[in-house]
Amino acid sequence: MGRKILLKHINEPGIQGYETYRRIGGYASVEKAVKTMTPDAIVEEVKKSGLRGRGGAGFPTGMKWSFLAKPEGVNRYLVCNADESEPGTFKDRYLMEKIPHLLIEGMITSSFALGAHTSYIYIRGEYFYIVNILEKAIEEAYANGWLGKNILGTGYDLDLYVHVGAGAYICGEETALLESLEGKRGNPRIKPPFPAIKGLWGCPTVVNNVETIASVVSIVNDGGDAYAALGIGRSTGTKLISASGHINKPGVYEIEMGITVEDFIYSDEYCGGILNGKKLKAVVAGGSSVPILPAELILKTANGEKRLMSYEGLSDGGFATGTMLGSGGFIVMDETTNIVQNLYTFARFYHHESCGQCSPCREGTAWMEKIMHKILHGHGTLADVDLLWEIQSKIEGNTICPLGDAAAWPVASAIRHFRSEFEEYVKNPESIKEVNHLYNTQLA
Amino acid sequence: MGKIKIQHSKFKIIKMSEVKKIEFSPEAFELVQRLIRRYPEGNQKSALIPTLHLAQAEFDGWLSAPVMDYVASLLQIQAIEVYEVASFYSMFNLKPVGKCLIEVCRTSSCWLRGANEVVAHIEKKLNIKDGETTPDGKFTLKTVECLGSCGTAPMLQIGKQYHENLTLDKVENLINDWSQATEHSKYLDNSTFRKN
Repeated sequence: MGRKILLKHINEPGIQGYETYRRIGGYASVEKAVKTMTPDAIVEEVKKSGLRGRGGAGFPTGMKWSFLAKPEGVNRYLVCNADESEPGTFKDRYLMEKIPHLLIEGMITSSFALGAHTSYIYIRGEYFYIVNILEKAIEEAYANGWLGKNILGTGYDLDLYVHVGAGAYICGEETALLESLEGKRGNPRIKPPFPAIKGLWGCPTVVNNVETIASVVSIVNDGGDAYAALGIGRSTGTKLISASGHINKPGVYEIEMGITVEDFIYSDEYCGGILNGKKLKAVVAGGSSVPILPAELILKTANGEKRLMSYEGLSDGGFATGTMLGSGGFIVMDETTNIVQNLYTFARFYHHESCGQCSPCREGTAWMEKIMHKILHGHGTLADVDLLWEIQSKIEGNTICPLGDAAAWPVASAIRHFRSEFEEYVKNPESIKEVNHLYNTQLA
Repeated sequence: MGKIKIQHSKFKIIKMSEVKKIEFSPEAFELVQRLIRRYPEGNQKSALIPTLHLAQAEFDGWLSAPVMDYVASLLQIQAIEVYEVASFYSMFNLKPVGKCLIEVCRTSSCWLRGANEVVAHIEKKLNIKDGETTPDGKFTLKTVECLGSCGTAPMLQIGKQYHENLTLDKVENLINDWSQATEHSKYLDNSTFRKN
């Protein structure tokens, strides 16, 4: 069994409530931080831990924190990004639902480190039932003196609020999230200035993912070095992986960085192998935005070595033969999966979710969906496949925010690795049927 | 977030004679005041999205122009600021919806586990297409993008409730349960936000 940090106590009965959470040692990091550490010392520990942003970009958290501007007399804010919307990703939901106090504790400790006195958790609107859970946990934290005025008699004040969105993938992009939190459309801002200088209401702001914030708890408790001792190379610590698709045991798994992909897919500790004993065809390893890889490349790198679950392991080989860890949304497809049909669901997704601000993304995602639709309905030509390639290459790198890249990469990688399937679809559309069925159906 | 076909109006046009007096219940009004206090003074616009959710819950599950104007007056912002936000986010309905709004996830992980069969079954059962409402005003079917329930796919959402690991039996039961509903499905209720 791998070491667990975030999900160590997940199966403890009653862990959702304050009493149990406190009994297993909860809120110790707040006590240690506000009573015995300076904010700078906490930032140092986070730097030492090597923790990287768990939302998908993988930017070093300690460095992000150290960029925060601290002008006199200006409020600073910590905003937790709980807008989890990347297709294939459901780890933050799991964490907030099962062990909400871990996030609240992380928010308090991190807010202290950043000198924030008001912090927000921005949660996607569809997760309304989790808003209830978080609000209750926050209420308990206030009632027990972990939030509010003069926390533990140290003179540190902090208010924590949940802010709910209303359905927009783009609000997971940090500047779009801030726009949304200000009550506007979720249009990403041009950077610089970065949020660390000019963020929420023009004030210095740090935006961190749920899992990142939750990881700070153990870093403060046990020290950055202990965290950095886990994992492999620059991929320190543990990572939550959301496993879905054609596997025997879908769910959220905490892995120590550096286990092999093969182990993750086939061992009973994790995914438990492919559903119905079928063969593996392809994997989208880090949420819909990252390149899809065929079985042979996800299990082994181009050099023939076993591929590892880590930032560097998954990106080994660049986009030619590798992919990315991303948000850890691990979507597994068996041998019956039609890659063209799957890509259509992604193309439709990005078209739906483009905010419309930059023309390459607004127009490009629309055209990619149209062309995919045309191919799917048997009217495609070989030139359409080249046109798709052309369009995606003109979106990538030409937009304000990374949604453009995220829309381009799935298309590029599907064509790169599965071009023959597109050609088959174009030449012989009659022969292709939809093959995905409900596996647990009794009617039908 | 554009659709392929050109939409002449995102908003439903209603006649002045149809406009009823629009006012939040005292509880909802009080909640809006509490939500405003969550943001620094002068930034009450930040309470817009939560307030629109509340308005949708209070007024039959959708946002009419008069309702949005009312929200603008509560937050002391321009009506256009409300319209542009309401038309951006997918959870805000700008046209009336059925008592039960069924939102079925259609993105990759759910599609891999049979989401299309779920949609087809609901379409057949209710005799409506994606995006339509039954003539009796009971059900609206809407396919939506990833709801973060990929490990328990396929899934659908009604109000704030997630229904996961769907079978056609489960879908049948949900439709039967909701066919008797007297109130609209809601994302939030009185217990959603804490009282202090």
